[in-house]
Amino acid sequence: MNKSNPMTDTSLPANWFSRLAHPGVFLSWSRNWIAPLAALTIILFTIGLWYSFFNSPPDYQMGETVRIMYIHVPSAWLSQMIYTLMAVSAIGTLVWRHPMADMSMKAAAPLGAAFTAVALFTGALWGRPTWGTFWEWDGRMTSTLVLFLMYLGLVALWRTFEGQARGTRIIAIFTLVGALNIPIIKFSVDWWNTLHQPSIIKADGLSMPASIYTPLLIMVVAFTALFFTLHLVGMRTEILRHRANSLERRHVSARNGTSSGTTS
Amino acid sequence: MEAFMAIIVRDIRLTLRSGGSTITLLAFFLSVGVIIPIAVGPDKETLARLAPAIIWIAALLSTLLGLDRLFVADHEDGTNASLHHASISLEAISFAKLIVHWLVSALPLIVATPFMAIMLIMDMPTLLRTIAALMLGTPALVALGAFGASIAVTLKRGGVLAPILIMPLAVPVLIFGVSAISPAPGSGTSEAAFMFLGALSLLAFAFTPFAIALALRAAHE
Amino acid sequence: MSNKGFAGQIRLNAQNLSCIRGEQEVFADVAFQVSGGEALIVRGANGTGKSSLLMCLAGLLPVNGNVSWQRGGKSLTKPEYFELIHFIGHLNAIKNELTLAENLQFWSAMFGGDSTPIADALERANLGGLDTYQAGHLSAGQRHRLSLARLLVTPRPVWLLDEPSSALDQQGDRWVADLIQGQISSGGLAVVATHRHIALGTGANVRTLELGQL
Repeated sequence: MNKSNPMTDTSLPANWFSRLAHPGVFLSWSRNWIAPLAALTIILFTIGLWYSFFNSPPDYQMGETVRIMYIHVPSAWLSQMIYTLMAVSAIGTLVWRHPMADMSMKAAAPLGAAFTAVALFTGALWGRPTWGTFWEWDGRMTSTLVLFLMYLGLVALWRTFEGQARGTRIIAIFTLVGALNIPIIKFSVDWWNTLHQPSIIKADGLSMPASIYTPLLIMVVAFTALFFTLHLVGMRTEILRHRANSLERRHVSARNGTSSGTTS
Repeated sequence: MEAFMAIIVRDIRLTLRSGGSTITLLAFFLSVGVIIPIAVGPDKETLARLAPAIIWIAALLSTLLGLDRLFVADHEDGTNASLHHASISLEAISFAKLIVHWLVSALPLIVATPFMAIMLIMDMPTLLRTIAALMLGTPALVALGAFGASIAVTLKRGGVLAPILIMPLAVPVLIFGVSAISPAPGSGTSEAAFMFLGALSLLAFAFTPFAIALALRAAHE
Repeated sequence: MSNKGFAGQIRLNAQNLSCIRGEQEVFADVAFQVSGGEALIVRGANGTGKSSLLMCLAGLLPVNGNVSWQRGGKSLTKPEYFELIHFIGHLNAIKNELTLAENLQFWSAMFGGDSTPIADALERANLGGLDTYQAGHLSAGQRHRLSLARLLVTPRPVWLLDEPSSALDQQGDRWVADLIQGQISSGGLAVVATHRHIALGTGANVRTLELGQL
């Protein structure tokens, strides 16, 4: 009945990769992955937070506020990694029309927006004691803010295209063009920044002893694990929603039935 | 080439005959230029310092104004469907539409800039630099805007969405555009900004036709 | 219609064709073959996918299944067969702000037309003498004729017509039938989706595809 519709198909495709990435099969293997991933995330966070709060020294310059970095840096890392992931998924959508790439893009966008918001918020909290102001038009913060606006645009785009299948390819195109633009935006903002504020304290100018580096690394891994857990859940939700929709539609169109034809 | 020119001639005719779109554009551009000095206050030094930024913001907002009909009209009346079978590619058609879009939505702004300059107490060298910067930079603005419009072509609320999508992408144009007009004193940044501005426009005009054609094809599915 | 004929026999072959729009399967397992000098009439109730089938053939919707285009025994690539197609769908692609002649000139230029006189095409579409009128003043039927006049301005061997005689009177019906007849006799092919009867001459080679039969 639905043999050519990959979203609702239940038969197995031939090669191992399409089998792994096939929506139906994806649902069954990913179910077993969520609990371990979530457990790993919790363990990593427990260790990471313990290190961050109790087992790392305060910075000689910034004191205790350095601990904000253990949240800020991982979020900032995710804000860029998630866009990269979306751009790769967009290629999957455009070139191979792969339904899992569509799901991946869609599930990643709001997560990206959220982590970028966290990066901006913690950046502001850090900025207050460090620079004496919540917001500084520093190169990094400005490009992160622009990135946040791009995420918001993408989330709005997904919302507006809800229910339109063609939306996926169109959004993929926008995601890719955005990805090509990010380096240009970053370059222009840095250029603008050196023009207007030549002597700002550079956030990356810190020397980083191992006592800070270790908890930071654990927290980065923990955040990444958190993202992949949420991403997996988001993708599963998307597939299930698609299935619920198509079941409903099939009920409605049951009277018409699917049509076929041959030459006479 | 005949087909390429046919698109250009048709789009110019459509703009001229659809009544008042150029007037609306100019009125909007000048209104932004009037409203900001009123909000900022009439202090001449402040105005002169802000003038480049005001002109670029007015230009950005004005080029966003005509986007909602740019591809939607052709999509809704079935023209886009038939353009798939034209003797030139959708990429070439998009390129032709970009050229027209610049002619009808950016060129009038550049022509109106001297009037704006008077209101903003701009001196002559700055005005000349402003016009040069607009000539170099508006193609990129127009191309990005057209790309946003092609993304939103099937959406009922696309007219609102396209500007939101495009503004972050327009950040580099604004940065280099304003820097080209008001360089930091005693540095070669103005020349550098002009070069970057030209590079942005070249890149945008070279690549957006492909992205637009992709989006228009996807809009049919 | 210029009766000079088209070079190379055109053959369109579709096997196992199905179409999904959004989540919904519109039709499945459609198969047909049609060649230059033949017309394929696509029939079926509302919602059986007549329009979608034409859009698939026109390359406007992704195709599931095998569609092959050949000319003179040689397979054609997508850009190659796109240049053979006239697709006239529900929307008539007419600009109200342009005159009738300008509308046709535009499409003639876009389709690489050999500039068959525009006035002649308008004459045959029963719109003669209205060249310099704005298309916005036309009635629904006249607009439809103008849209079909595109077929006359640039000869192309493949016509994909969606309800070509909708909004037309009896005389218009006959005109459409004559148009299709002319296309067939000059060696072109036409795929026509319609509810209505199209009175093609007895000698015409007509196939019928019924959609919506399980």
